[in-house]
Amino acid sequence: MSDLTRKTAAELAELMTSGQASSVEITQAHLDRIAAVDGDVHAFLHVDTEGALAQAKAVDGKRAAGEQLSPLAGVPLALKDVLTQEGVPTTAGSKILEGWKPPYDSTVVKRLKAAGIVILGKTNMDEFAMGSSTENSAYGTTHNPWDLNRIPGGSGGGSSAAISAYEAPLAIGTDTGGSIRQPGAFTGTVGVKPTYGGTSRYGLIALASSLDTPGPCARTTLDAALLHEAIAGYDPMDSTSINQPVPAVVEAARNGDVAGLRIGVVKELGGEGYQPGVEARFHEAVELLTKLGAEVVEVSCPHFEYALPAYYLILPSEASSNLAKFDAMRYGLRVGDDGTNSAETVTSLSREAGFGAEVKRRIILGTHALSSGYYDAYYGQAQKVRTLIARDFAKAYEQVDVLVSPATPTTAFAIGDRIDDPIAMYKNDLCTIPSNLAGNAAASFPCGLADEDGLPVGFHVMAPVMRDDLLYTVGAALESALAEQWGGVLMTKAPELEVTR
Amino acid sequence: MTAAVLEIDDALATYDPVMGLEVHVELNTKSKMFCGCPTEFGAPPNTQTCPVCLGLPGALPVVNAKAVESAIKIGLALNCEIAEWCRFARKNYFYPDMPKNFQTSQYDEPIAFNGWTEVVVDGETYRIEIERAHMEEDTGKSTHVGGATGRIHGASHSLVDYNRAGIPLIEIVTKTIEVPPAKAAAVARAYVSMLRDLLFALGVSDVRMDQGSLRCDANVSLKPHGSTVLGTRTETKNVNSFRSVERAVTYEITRQAAVLSSGGKILQETRHWHEDTGITTSGREKSDADDYRYFPEPDLVPVAPSREWVEELRATLPEAPSVRRARLQEDWGFTDLEMRDVINGNALEPIVATIELGVTPAAAKKWWLGELARSANESGHDLDALGVGPAEVAEVQKLVDDGTLNDKIARQVFEGLLAGEGTPAEIIEKRGLALVSDDSALLEAIDRAIAANPDVVEKVNSGKPAAAGALIGAVMKDMRGQADAAKVRQLLNEKLGI
Repeated sequence: MSDLTRKTAAELAELMTSGQASSVEITQAHLDRIAAVDGDVHAFLHVDTEGALAQAKAVDGKRAAGEQLSPLAGVPLALKDVLTQEGVPTTAGSKILEGWKPPYDSTVVKRLKAAGIVILGKTNMDEFAMGSSTENSAYGTTHNPWDLNRIPGGSGGGSSAAISAYEAPLAIGTDTGGSIRQPGAFTGTVGVKPTYGGTSRYGLIALASSLDTPGPCARTTLDAALLHEAIAGYDPMDSTSINQPVPAVVEAARNGDVAGLRIGVVKELGGEGYQPGVEARFHEAVELLTKLGAEVVEVSCPHFEYALPAYYLILPSEASSNLAKFDAMRYGLRVGDDGTNSAETVTSLSREAGFGAEVKRRIILGTHALSSGYYDAYYGQAQKVRTLIARDFAKAYEQVDVLVSPATPTTAFAIGDRIDDPIAMYKNDLCTIPSNLAGNAAASFPCGLADEDGLPVGFHVMAPVMRDDLLYTVGAALESALAEQWGGVLMTKAPELEVTR
Repeated sequence: MTAAVLEIDDALATYDPVMGLEVHVELNTKSKMFCGCPTEFGAPPNTQTCPVCLGLPGALPVVNAKAVESAIKIGLALNCEIAEWCRFARKNYFYPDMPKNFQTSQYDEPIAFNGWTEVVVDGETYRIEIERAHMEEDTGKSTHVGGATGRIHGASHSLVDYNRAGIPLIEIVTKTIEVPPAKAAAVARAYVSMLRDLLFALGVSDVRMDQGSLRCDANVSLKPHGSTVLGTRTETKNVNSFRSVERAVTYEITRQAAVLSSGGKILQETRHWHEDTGITTSGREKSDADDYRYFPEPDLVPVAPSREWVEELRATLPEAPSVRRARLQEDWGFTDLEMRDVINGNALEPIVATIELGVTPAAAKKWWLGELARSANESGHDLDALGVGPAEVAEVQKLVDDGTLNDKIARQVFEGLLAGEGTPAEIIEKRGLALVSDDSALLEAIDRAIAANPDVVEKVNSGKPAAAGALIGAVMKDMRGQADAAKVRQLLNEKLGI
């Protein structure tokens, strides 16, 4: 393996600044790595070799010409296939969008390109981001680089697996109920869900509009912060975008000083149903933060227990409407257009063939929940729960600066283990969902390996709206304290894929 | 298939009509409701589109502030309350010309509500209560090809033009309208006509019914005299001229009366209006179970117009139509009866515009009511669809004023204008219509008249100059009207030495 793929994004940027490596070399090294391991990992749905090298070459040219470049210029990145990139296939993991090449860039992609970040390709995901394992992808399951028989988490399993397999130093994910943080936890990487409205949704193929949030995935806290800064900020194309300065995330990631920080452990997110190894690593991390000077108290958020059912009403409701546009009329898959079928029949046949079982399940659920006569009992009630959860957070933030919990109740499970049990699958997101419902910032940071299975455990931090910087403060403190114990970030303990296979 | 109908008088002898009118107004904002695409009418298909109005995956809407401003103005002009906080909602249903398969509209939180307005019919004023005015986006436009009817049934394929998708619409919904039964259809027409004038005065829409920028859906039901129970209603869609509004309402009254009086039931359905045959036919059956699964649009933030802004907009409103009518009547010196004819003839705005071009009120009224409104009535067109506007009227009157034409010849110029023969100058040229101002030709005609009427000449000479009128008539006849009568009189007087 090339040394270049083992570097962090910050280190790669430094190598380019000092002239020790070019973006083309770095990009090529990662393309080679993808060629070597992605047959096993299957993190990518589409690798844009030509486009990536052209972008890299352009950045090298600008650097040679002495142009002022942004901090991550020339660093490669893997993009979740739910964000549009002009001219590059974008499927959202669904057959119904097979072959679609968007005619426009999402705002996130525009900002990546403006920052000179090289987009290697599009990563695998559960279809329309509906899932926690990538097993709902229409294009096959991604494998967890820590154990290829296990799932990498989802829906953004492709993005987290790509950085965990050293196929890219950075990736973009989107988090609707934990789709950045849960895969981050399962792959021993950092996954950040920014404040809702802190990053633009323009060009993000919508799952649930009021929950979807693009965010950074990386192997270190600083890398995540650098990427966060590159993509965040007000976007007039997204009405729900927040018109405020981006929180000082990079500064927070460099300082990582938790002395005096008030940390609340959420009472409701632990105990029964949580894997002992997960709880052990979580509590050790809390102790570590206490030693670093944080003030830790237990906090109760009594309505969190209703978060999961409320989420599974709001999400399918919005999704049932968002996915209505996939009707085979304008783009994507079209089945049965043989001149004898009506438009209605063609739509029906295309959706039957193009949507997977979980997507159909949620469209049906959401259509029902919004129906006249049921709306108040389902969607209306779920919105009330949402308000109560936001109040739980607000009350907690009167006492503490951040809240913490395990990122997931368990470590990565085996492929096929929960695919027939939707409820067991949904429970993966118990800890992560409340932050989406409230629009808060939240992140998962690696905090060790569970004793039972030797798999990564994620430490979940939640912070108030537009206080994303606090996530990085905690993450950086934890990361440097643990690195002293481990002699590096957790990822250095990941198996060598080429060796093991 | 033509349904049985009763005569309108027979229908109204038994039933009272109840109406509700929904008018869709396309705003004349430069860009669409939720994106920056242009809104001009008539561009080649699908050239005014972008990811947002095509509903491409990932695209998001952003509210056009100018459209909100127009909506508030319309609400204020209709005496509505303006919401302090309101939201958009998604109306979910499938149709190929609707890119997202939901329409971003407003549901239970409209921007304007609880208003009223007035219309005048035959000198009587009727108050119309306004339920709401809300913002929404237009759909694309489908063209069904290969069938006999132009409708989707029987078509071999359909073409969709998304230029219209996302154009800002305001939907204005009345409360139930109950007026004297015999006036119902005329009130419906007057209401739409009044809205056209009001929206034109506000400057928020092109209000071109022929281009679909003002469209009316008419809900009509009947109930037996004295009943308080509303009957089942039908909704006749896309009635696209004032005259059609009146005809469509009348038709539905006569059709429903025929169904009810033969013991039948009215189906709750949408109906299509046929301009050519003057009937409605069954469209889609509609029931209260139609479920659009409305929910607040999560891609948009609430619209919360500040009270200061609303008051600023209120201050910009033109005067109320009734106040304006009274002022104009006084300025013009028209009698009540004359003003009523102007209003009933839908000629108020054209007359205002014509007077602004320098024509006297009397002359403007003469042409608009005497010539153009009459012609519109005969041909079954709306006045603004004739192709003759204030500019042409002013041009013709100018030619009358400078002696090129007289009223009689001017009427022939209008004939030419209505027939599309070109500009007034071209018509005068082609038809050879100008007054003869060549004295020699007039003098020859005068000589002929004198020679042909010695008895009249003798009367004049014997001290009865008034008798010369007969000679003038003879000259005008000789000139086939193409002479200035005043000029003829002057020359004749000179000749006769009076």
